[in-house]
Amino acid sequence: MAVKSNNQKAWLFVLPVVLLVAFNALIPLMTVVNYSVQETFGNNVFFWEGVKWFEDVLHSERFHASLLRQLSFTGIILLIEVPLGVAIALTMPKKGFWVSVCLVLMALPLLIPWNVVGAMWNIFALPEIGLLGRMINGLGIDYNFTQNPTAAWFTTILMDVWHWTSLVVLLAYAGLRSIPDAYFQAAKIDGAGTWAVFRYIQLPKMKRVLTIAILLRFMDSFMIYTEPFVLTGGGPGNTTTFLSIDLVKIALGQFDLGPAAAMSLIYFLIVLLMCWVFYTLMMKNEDQ
Amino acid sequence: MSMITLKDIRHSYLPLPVDDIDWALKEMSVEWQDGGAYALLGPSGCGKTTLLNIISGLLQPTEGEVWFGDQNVTDEPADARNIAQVFQFPVVYDTMTVYDNLAFPLRNRGVDEAEVDKRVREIGAMLDLSETLAKRASGLTADGKQKISLGRGLVRENVNVIMFDEPLTVIDPHLKWVLRSKLKELHQRVGATMIYVTHDQTEALTFADQVVVMHDGNVVQVGTPVELFERPQHTFVGHFIGSPGMNVLPCDIDNGKVMFAGQPLQIAGTAGSDVKGRTEIGIRPEFVSFAEDGIPVNIVNSIDVGRFRIVEAHHGDDSIKLLVPEGEGIPADGAHVRFDPAHTRVYIDGWMVGGN
Repeated sequence: MAVKSNNQKAWLFVLPVVLLVAFNALIPLMTVVNYSVQETFGNNVFFWEGVKWFEDVLHSERFHASLLRQLSFTGIILLIEVPLGVAIALTMPKKGFWVSVCLVLMALPLLIPWNVVGAMWNIFALPEIGLLGRMINGLGIDYNFTQNPTAAWFTTILMDVWHWTSLVVLLAYAGLRSIPDAYFQAAKIDGAGTWAVFRYIQLPKMKRVLTIAILLRFMDSFMIYTEPFVLTGGGPGNTTTFLSIDLVKIALGQFDLGPAAAMSLIYFLIVLLMCWVFYTLMMKNEDQ
Repeated sequence: MSMITLKDIRHSYLPLPVDDIDWALKEMSVEWQDGGAYALLGPSGCGKTTLLNIISGLLQPTEGEVWFGDQNVTDEPADARNIAQVFQFPVVYDTMTVYDNLAFPLRNRGVDEAEVDKRVREIGAMLDLSETLAKRASGLTADGKQKISLGRGLVRENVNVIMFDEPLTVIDPHLKWVLRSKLKELHQRVGATMIYVTHDQTEALTFADQVVVMHDGNVVQVGTPVELFERPQHTFVGHFIGSPGMNVLPCDIDNGKVMFAGQPLQIAGTAGSDVKGRTEIGIRPEFVSFAEDGIPVNIVNSIDVGRFRIVEAHHGDDSIKLLVPEGEGIPADGAHVRFDPAHTRVYIDGWMVGGN
């Protein structure tokens, strides 16, 4: 029998990754875990609290309300952005000069920093001086996003749709372009109509890119902070206070480190869980 | 089912074709008899697929007309022509079962479910797909998927023509033979016209009764495999068909006499006396043999391919290949070769002249 030689050198090669992951994820996460089980009154003095903060957060009505707002927001923008993105991708030209024009136009909103988007839309939607605000009021609809919750939601959603539908469009377009011509030719010979072509060729072939698009849009929108913060500041009242805005209020506004840390972890686990559920559902029938 | 006629077809992918080179298909008229088994043979890029797509209606020819029987279908779209096409890469609807795949063309045409069921089961059995009908199509192997593509064509009654665009490209070698025999069998059973596009001469010659050879957007010859072998109308056909291809050697024609290597050659038919252009003789390696006298050659190479050897000999700068049957010797020095007059043909500017 050959003697199995032990060579421990391989650890050296793994070390950089271990260090990177440690500094980049594990250590920061552990400090949050550390805060989430303790209470502090300053001066770097901590008292053990166990799972009290977790219980508090899970039973807090304020958290339930933010979570509900967050889920509604994410659900609405996904329902709008995914079908809209696919529809735009379907109508985009397949070749020629206009392809580049469309792609550049589509990519533009994605290049604008989040806080600039928030500021742009804030001014754009102001009822007195903003182009959008004045137009809507000019139509005889009473629109003021700083005072009316419905208007605030409408503006926030419109902003997100404007900012991020392009991402879905670009991904869906890439998916559509990768379908070989033979599929469309075969469908033509089989007498398939536009809907059948979409339902049985384009949609199934886009499944992978759409899974990515939905996951990205879910994660980003679920963690959205800057744009609504700049646009509405979470108001009027608390009506657009999403989870991350609420979290910052607790952590930095009230400086409740313990509850904020517990909420962060719960928040993180929700994102993780939802991503897993999405992914599992969408890949359920996927072949090897 | 009906005869397919292409009348003065010409096609260019450019909006404003000017030069000869702009035309993917040069002007041609071809007739496809009802129920025939045709192969469309030619190298990559010679216009085979273009021609196929014009017949199927996926492409509108720049010029000319397509007739199915006594009907002009030039302006009809692909789904109105009642044709079937199997593509190089298997096209199946991934999310559907094999059954639904086969039923798809019928359901799109509003056929009632009882009839759909009958046809699908019939075609499924014909293609040995009965056991997999309930499975998802995406789980099948490449040959299974190609059978589905074919099946979607066959479920419709009386398809005018079934076209295959290099359908065995992605099939494992040991299954190619199986699938090819299946196609041959189906042709006899269904009786539909079949056009099989390929660049593989073995596939073409085993499948087809009539082979259409294409080169550079032209149809250079239509004929049975034997005709293509024995009377290639163009040096390209001689080269492309046969293994190794025909020897094409430059010659002089002097007052109706064909001169090669300073010697007069006897040929099949006559060369004509008023000759202009590039003159060549074509002789297949099968019809060249060693002789006591004739054309002196140097032997440069010999490859054993089993039942015979392929010998390459040089006369001056000209290379002549010949087949020597197993067991026959190859002369050492001072070898001579002789051409069988009945199979020596004269080509002017690539095209055969003289008697057939």
